Amino acid sequence: MERIPILRMGRFLLVTIQVDMHDRLALALQDDLTARIVRDGARGVLIDISSLVVDSFIGRMLATTASMARMLDAETVLVGMRPAVAITMVELGLALPGVRTALDVEKGMEMLRARVGPGAETAGHDSDP
Amino acid sequence: MIPTREVAELGRAEDILKVRQRARALALEAGFGLVDQTKIVTAVSELARNTVTHGGGGTATFELLEEGGRRGLRIAFHDEGPGIADVELALRDGYTTCGGLGLGLGGSRRLMTDFEIVTSPGKGTTVTIARWR
Amino acid sequence: MREQRAAVTLRSDLLSDAELERQSAEFLAIFQAGIQGEDIREIAGPEWEKARDFLADFGRSRGQRGFTPTETATFVFSLKQPLFSLLQKELEKEPAILVGELWTISVLVDKLGLFTAECALVGREEIIRRQQAELLELSTPVVKLWDRILALPLIGTLDSARTQVVMESLLQAIVDTGSSVAIIDITGVPTVDTLVAQHLMKTVAAARLMGAECVISGIRPAIAQAMVHLGVSFNEIVTKATLADALRHAFAITGVTVSRSAAA
Repeated sequence: MERIPILRMGRFLLVTIQVDMHDRLALALQDDLTARIVRDGARGVLIDISSLVVDSFIGRMLATTASMARMLDAETVLVGMRPAVAITMVELGLALPGVRTALDVEKGMEMLRARVGPGAETAGHDSDP
Repeated sequence: MIPTREVAELGRAEDILKVRQRARALALEAGFGLVDQTKIVTAVSELARNTVTHGGGGTATFELLEEGGRRGLRIAFHDEGPGIADVELALRDGYTTCGGLGLGLGGSRRLMTDFEIVTSPGKGTTVTIARWR
Repeated sequence: MREQRAAVTLRSDLLSDAELERQSAEFLAIFQAGIQGEDIREIAGPEWEKARDFLADFGRSRGQRGFTPTETATFVFSLKQPLFSLLQKELEKEPAILVGELWTISVLVDKLGLFTAECALVGREEIIRRQQAELLELSTPVVKLWDRILALPLIGTLDSARTQVVMESLLQAIVDTGSSVAIIDITGVPTVDTLVAQHLMKTVAAARLMGAECVISGIRPAIAQAMVHLGVSFNEIVTKATLADALRHAFAITGVTVSRSAAA
C-alpha cells in the first residue's frame, strides 16, 4: 500500500495529502506522523489539505492526529482548506476543536514559529521510505 | 445528457472511496459547481460509510436526472441491516452508536435538497438523497 | 411555406428566411412520418418520438433566442391551414368523414403546438435563470482595505440565494488575496432576519475553518434590537458598530500600527 510522504523542514514536518484517502491510508498516516514527530524531534506539523474533501471520518482523523501530536509536544496546523470544503463542513456541523488552521503553508509556518520558536530550520528534506 | 442509472457495491471500507469518486464524476457531469460537488461528495461519503459500518454492507444507486430543464443527481443507499428504530434520534447531531461523530444522517440532509429515509428494525434501511441544480 | 411566411409572427429580425425553410422542411418530413402511426392524436407514442425531439430542441432554442412561446408555437399551428385545405379538397364529397378528419388533425396539431410552446417556455426560463446568477455575482464586491484585510460592504436586502453567493465570493477572495481578516459591513442592510443571521454566522465559521477571522460591522441599533428579540446572538463573533472600529480591530489582529505624523 502506498503511504503519504512526510517532508521534514527543520523542526517542522510537512504533509501534503494529494489523494482521496481511503480509511487505511488515513490511519497509516496517523501512525507515520506520530512516529516521525518522535524520531525527528519535530515541534510543528503542517498538513496541506488543499486537495482534500473532508467528511466526518477524515475530520475526526485530523483532529485526533492533532491531539496526538500535541501530546508529543508538537503543534499542528491545517493549511489550504478550500472554500467549498469549509462551507460543506460548516453545513455538516463538523468543527475541528483544538486544530489550528491557516490559509497556506507560508502562513502556517509563521503561525508555528510564533508559538514554537524559530528553531534551526534547515532545508533538509527527508521523505519516508 | 444521457440518463444514467448505475449501481455500486458497498461491501468494504475501500468501496466508500470508489463510491465517492463516482459521485464526484457524476456531479461534474451533471454540471454542478464546486461547492455543490463538494456537498454531494461529502453527503455520499457519510451515507456510504453508514451503509458499510451500520448496515453490514449494501449498495449505492446513482441516477442522473433531468426535469423541466433542471438537472439533478440522485443517490439511494440500501442495506439489509438491522434498520433504525428511532429515526428522529438518529437524525440528531452527535447521536452515534459506534463512536463516530453522529453527523452523517442529519448532515447529509442539510447538504442535499432532497432527503428521504425508509427504515425499520429488522427490515434494513434505504436512504435516498438528491440535489438539483 | 406560404402559410409560414404569412404568419404575422415571423420575427425576421431573429431568423433568416433560409433557416425557416430548412426547419419547416425538416418538420414536415418528421410530421409525415408521425402520421403513419396508429393513433395520430396521441403524441406520446414512439412514432412521434422524432417529432417530440425536434420540437423540444426547436422550442428551447427559439425560446432562448427571444421568441415568445406563442411565436414559437405558431410554427406548428401554421400547419393547420394548408392541411385543412388539403383535406377539404380530398374529402369534398364526404362531409361526415371530412369533419372527423378535420377534428383529428386539429387535435394533433394543437398538441404538437402546445408541446412546442412549453419547450419554448423552458428555454426562456433557462436564460432568465442564467441572467439572475450573473447579476448576483456582479453585485457582491469585495474590497481590499489593506494588506491581509478585506471588506465586504453589503447593500440591500439579503435573501438566501444572494447570501450564499456572497459567502462563496468572500471566502474565495480570502484565498485569492491571502487575507487574515474580513470585515463584513451590514450598514446598508435594512433588515436582518434569523435566516440571514444564520448565513452570516456560517460564513464566519467557514472563514475561521480556513484560517481567517471575520468581523461584522455596521450593526445599527434597530438591527441589534431585532436580533436580540429573535434570540440570535453573535457570541463568538467580533462585532463592531462602525466600519472604522472594525478596521482598527483588524489592524490590531494583523499587527499594524497607525501613527499620525506631526503637522508641518
